[in-house]
Amino acid sequence: MKYLYVAATEEVEHAALAAVTARVAAEFGGPVRSMELGSVDFAFDAERGQYGSIPVLDMLLRRYPRDAAKLLAVTERDLFIPVLTFVFGQAQLGGRVGVVSFARLRQEFYGLAANREIFLERAHKEALHETGHLFGLLHCAERLCAMSLATTVRQIDLKDDAFCAACAARLRRNPEGRKV
Amino acid sequence: MKTHWQILVVDDEEVMCESLAAWLREDGYVVDTAPSGRDAVEKARLRDYAIYFVDLKMPGGMDGIETMMQIRRLHPEASIIIITAYATVDTAITAMKEGAQEYIVKPCNPEEISLLVNRIIKVKNLQRENTILRKKLTRQYCVHDVVSKNPRMQKIMALCGEIASLRSTVLIQGESGTGKELVARAIHNAGDRASKPFVAVSCAALAETLLESEFFGHEKGSFTGANQQKRGKFEMAAAGTIFLDEIGDISPKLQVDLLRVLQNRSFYRVGGSVEVSVDARVVAATHVNLKQAVADGKFRDDLYYRLNVIEIRIPPLRERREDIPLLAHHFVERLAHELGKDVSDVGEGALRLLLDHNWPGNVRELENAVERAMVTCRGPVLTEGDFEFLAQTAAPAPAWAVPAGMTIEDMEKVLITATIQRTQGNIKEAASVLGIDRSTLYEKIKKYEIPR
Repeated sequence: MKYLYVAATEEVEHAALAAVTARVAAEFGGPVRSMELGSVDFAFDAERGQYGSIPVLDMLLRRYPRDAAKLLAVTERDLFIPVLTFVFGQAQLGGRVGVVSFARLRQEFYGLAANREIFLERAHKEALHETGHLFGLLHCAERLCAMSLATTVRQIDLKDDAFCAACAARLRRNPEGRKV
Repeated sequence: MKTHWQILVVDDEEVMCESLAAWLREDGYVVDTAPSGRDAVEKARLRDYAIYFVDLKMPGGMDGIETMMQIRRLHPEASIIIITAYATVDTAITAMKEGAQEYIVKPCNPEEISLLVNRIIKVKNLQRENTILRKKLTRQYCVHDVVSKNPRMQKIMALCGEIASLRSTVLIQGESGTGKELVARAIHNAGDRASKPFVAVSCAALAETLLESEFFGHEKGSFTGANQQKRGKFEMAAAGTIFLDEIGDISPKLQVDLLRVLQNRSFYRVGGSVEVSVDARVVAATHVNLKQAVADGKFRDDLYYRLNVIEIRIPPLRERREDIPLLAHHFVERLAHELGKDVSDVGEGALRLLLDHNWPGNVRELENAVERAMVTCRGPVLTEGDFEFLAQTAAPAPAWAVPAGMTIEDMEKVLITATIQRTQGNIKEAASVLGIDRSTLYEKIKKYEIPR
């Protein structure tokens, strides 16, 4: 039996991890396991003041549980890839590991008052988005679909917390998805 | 429709290359990467990418600007985005002056890249749609069997469209397998005669007496075996087109007969006394150098000038190598359907091998090679191994040796003469090929008394 794993780095609050795990479990069905990771300080880039998502994915591959079908990590750290100023998350397309950053999903990042409801809604959408990539889904042209590309939180807010019918059908057709 | 568009990311830093490629792949694009300018140009030779992301600073003697210039030489319409971590106004101006579509500073905002790529792809989609619609409008679909992006071939195809509805005689010259009949059919199909017959006669295939009867037909009893009246190809072509292939091979007597037909627009059937008028348009083709044949006294000059009203010279495949990948993919697409094989692409190794081959048999040889490879291949992509037979069948290229006693000036004269012949007297093109400016070339033409 293979499980979908949702892992959290050390600074992530338990409630946030639990909420995301529950949402992923509801969407993908089957048992979803939680996992605790340590710090991702090794991925810190002092020049940019951010954390590289590529070393984080490498670490996840090293820590990949034997009974995992996919492993999605969440972190409070602000992530980047070298060519971009930031990423909300990154996943291996059709691969094993992915990561979502909560940093820019919080209102506080933009100097606004904290709003837990908005934050969790964005976290759910991004967790579905990156998990969708793990199952081979590409960006969707349907703006409301969780798989549509969002480069700003405004775009995340416009999306639904669910896959569109076409992406959901693609997921159902994915034999790997059915094993989970 | 993103999957139709391919993107090439060029950066010597692997992590930079791969992270941008992975990010673009999530958007559905097919993305290739190249670690150097040289690799990028090599890849661009094999495939035309919709967008090129090129890093400005790369080691190895070929920076982003040089890479961009070489890619633009291969694909003048290429959309190239220069990326740099060290932006200065000067480099930005140079990049834009040399034809970069955009100049961006890394790290870039994801929204910026996303908007940029979407904007370029939107324009590409519109351009493609526009080309298709325009082709439909100008009936260029009639010549769709001629696959080429070579500038000389493009000019030929444009000329075909322009002359299609004229009655003037056309002489098509080119090596065997270059597609002379295809061009003749293109001329026929693009003009007013498209609905009329297209009759092809191979002059090399028949003996003189038979050919005369083939051309003009015969009356009953005109010779032994002529049991009934027979219409000749000129009559059968009626108001259509008669294509006389291998015209350089016809006998002196037939040359006279043909000249008479072209002059009088009428002829007599063999053994007949009734004059038959000719309305067909004559398109002739030959693989021999007819001008030389005239100089050697083997071909009548008056017939040559009658035939050569509009001259088309088709370049051999080795002089338009950029068409090889295009043609290979075209044949795979067509033959997959005809042979019922599930083959959809030609691998990079195989393309490299095809590009390196000399193709003495031209497009026909390439078509046959692709068919043979498809018959024996096992996967959905043709690989280098599927074309192994090419290495066995290829005759070793004769080693080019400099004749003893040749001076640098002799050599220069030979080179300039050959280049001008190859460009059909186009001085601008010849100067570009030779890497000198036009005024220098004119001086050398004068100095060496080279005929143009």
